[in-house]
Amino acid sequence: MLRRTAYALLVLALAGTATACGRSAPDPATAAEARGPITVWLSNNAQEVQWGKAMVSAWNAGHPGQHVTAQQIPAGKTSEEAISASIIAGTTACLAFNTSPAAVPTFQKQNGLVSLSDFPDGEKYITERGGGLTGQYRSPDGAFYQLPWKSNPVMILYNKKLFAKAGLDPEHPKLATYKDFLETSRTLVRSGAAKAAIWPSPSSDFFQPWYDFYPAFAAQSGGKQLIEDGKPQFDSAAGHRVAEFWRTLYAQKLAPQEAYPGDSLNDGKAAMATVGPWAVAAYKDSVDIGVVPVPTADGASGTYSFSDEKSAAMFSSCENRATAWDVLKFATSTAQDGKFLEATGQMPMREDLTSEYAGYFEANPTYRAFADQAQRVVEVPNVPGSIDIWQAFRDEWTKSVVFGRESTRTGLRNASSEITELLNEYGDPS
Amino acid sequence: MSVNLDAAPGAVRTSGPAPRRKDRGLSRVGALFVSPYVLFIVVVFAVPLVYTVWISFHRFYFTAPGTKIDSPWVGLSNYRDVFTDPVVGQAFLNILIFLVINVPLTVGLSLVLATALNAKIRGRSFFRAAFYVPYVTASVALVAVWQFLFGSDGFVNHLLGSHAPDPSWLVNSHLAMPMIAVFVTWKQLGFFVMLYLASLQNVGKELYEASAMDGAGRVRQFFSVTVPGVRPATTLVVIYAIITGANLFSEPYLLTGGGGPDHSSTSPVLLMYQKGIEQGHPDFAAALGVVLVAFVMIVSLAARKLTERGD
Repeated sequence: MLRRTAYALLVLALAGTATACGRSAPDPATAAEARGPITVWLSNNAQEVQWGKAMVSAWNAGHPGQHVTAQQIPAGKTSEEAISASIIAGTTACLAFNTSPAAVPTFQKQNGLVSLSDFPDGEKYITERGGGLTGQYRSPDGAFYQLPWKSNPVMILYNKKLFAKAGLDPEHPKLATYKDFLETSRTLVRSGAAKAAIWPSPSSDFFQPWYDFYPAFAAQSGGKQLIEDGKPQFDSAAGHRVAEFWRTLYAQKLAPQEAYPGDSLNDGKAAMATVGPWAVAAYKDSVDIGVVPVPTADGASGTYSFSDEKSAAMFSSCENRATAWDVLKFATSTAQDGKFLEATGQMPMREDLTSEYAGYFEANPTYRAFADQAQRVVEVPNVPGSIDIWQAFRDEWTKSVVFGRESTRTGLRNASSEITELLNEYGDPS
Repeated sequence: MSVNLDAAPGAVRTSGPAPRRKDRGLSRVGALFVSPYVLFIVVVFAVPLVYTVWISFHRFYFTAPGTKIDSPWVGLSNYRDVFTDPVVGQAFLNILIFLVINVPLTVGLSLVLATALNAKIRGRSFFRAAFYVPYVTASVALVAVWQFLFGSDGFVNHLLGSHAPDPSWLVNSHLAMPMIAVFVTWKQLGFFVMLYLASLQNVGKELYEASAMDGAGRVRQFFSVTVPGVRPATTLVVIYAIITGANLFSEPYLLTGGGGPDHSSTSPVLLMYQKGIEQGHPDFAAALGVVLVAFVMIVSLAARKLTERGD
């Protein structure tokens, strides 16, 4: 009896698992023409949620038969993990307005994304909106699986009060060259004005290089991506200068080797941070903020930075893709982009950003620096195995730069060779 | 009075079919009662375990529902990747360091504390509850306490001044794993104290009285009466502590910034998460999981042999 019960239960469990796995996806051809209600996911940033709800209300007012429901992306360590889990479970919304380009190759491999290039006006709409910046967002097969939506060009934000406390000129900080940046950092820490000059997270997460190494590398190299033409670019003179600069910050205790359990700039523990324009709104009531570009060895002006871009993507579980595409175009229209800029201070991914919204930048001069920087941004490379590649880089960076357990040259050389292997592996998965 | 249990089976065998029918009835009721648990075990443990083993022998990738992709048989390829990945070796070494510190510390402290709390002392109930509080408190909250104490700018370093380690406790490649081991010992202690307290209730008082009459002091009684008396509980504590150690995830993840510095506190489960979820290699993660299960079984069996030696 017990044995029969056990067999029956096992069969039931297996059948349940098989049924769950066998959930069908909508037919692409039918879904592409279908209209009806859809759900969109927004990030949990308060200002973005405010914009998103207003945008959805505006859409719903004019489209009674195609109701849009806005929700925040399900909770997870990162929104990418939450989206990935939802793709596997077949529970994604039709659209998500917060997709990291680094995760797009993974989502694609999971067959979770709809190619936006397949819509008749897809290519035209995306390239006209983003202009020359959009090329970085094409997938290796040449199609767009993401609409480059907004960028948060990483710059150096500094606390003017702490600079003044350290006897530094808060309106004209010396932060352009590595030499000046290090000297200013020493003054900030040794004067006791701040525990740390700058405090990026030294943890092992794959995405942390985007806030220490990558902006500096983009600036120092004149706009190179981590990988170009299938080859790592950072084991180079520019990469070595950047690694040595950060190594000095850590070795001289100007940047702590331990993660801060909160927001170090907001808490007055660090005098500077590498962040995007979203932080201006977040800090406006607590920190008197100044903004300067990421430093380079010789202080060259007009340099590049990391975009910290987020895209909008459509998922293959979406049954009403015609509506979803129209909502995507509505949400990224000139009018909605203006409202988004007003509400969040984040930069819509548009070539004509400063001229299109000249009034806004005149009224909000702090954001002008970000808008200028937004025209010179470098994206993460859109290559298969992107997250593996960043993790391999981060592991070597932590070892050599943060903890000094090997030379920075060895670290970059090892990372370059590991990443080359990964590129070969992904290029030839057989 | 003693009962000859050996006689019972014979009596049943010779008593005809009626008792067998009764047995079958009992068996049905029993099966009914255990069926929710069996269902739970099958769905939550057996199916995923079998599926994990299957994945570990295939090239596998999680995809959207309704998507057909090949998952070809790759034999031991995933296992080869696991055994040749230096981070995996580091993760298992980290776990061994953890176990070498955590298990003796857990057994020693919890037995001593349980013995103390078993005695008639003032405020016994308060102390019993106090030791249990960390166990029932969320790891995230306790990690905050630990960071307040052992962060580079923490309370302990303020006390130590220039004698504080550099790099500090949680970012020091030699100290990170021992710190995690001590943290987990502290967090879990209340649970193991309770196990020992329950076990101590079964150690006969007459043994203590007899040993006292023979002139044994408190220390001698502890080693000659208490320790052998709670040996089954010690086996349980050791095996449970090993399993807890092998499942380490949130402590290295939260306390040392994702397994740092330089993987010196990465655990196999944390690595499974990074490989399987973050980097999208469930096949590698599955093989690592199978290796981890084998590792836990071997270490647990060895520990059991060790703790039951002399029985």
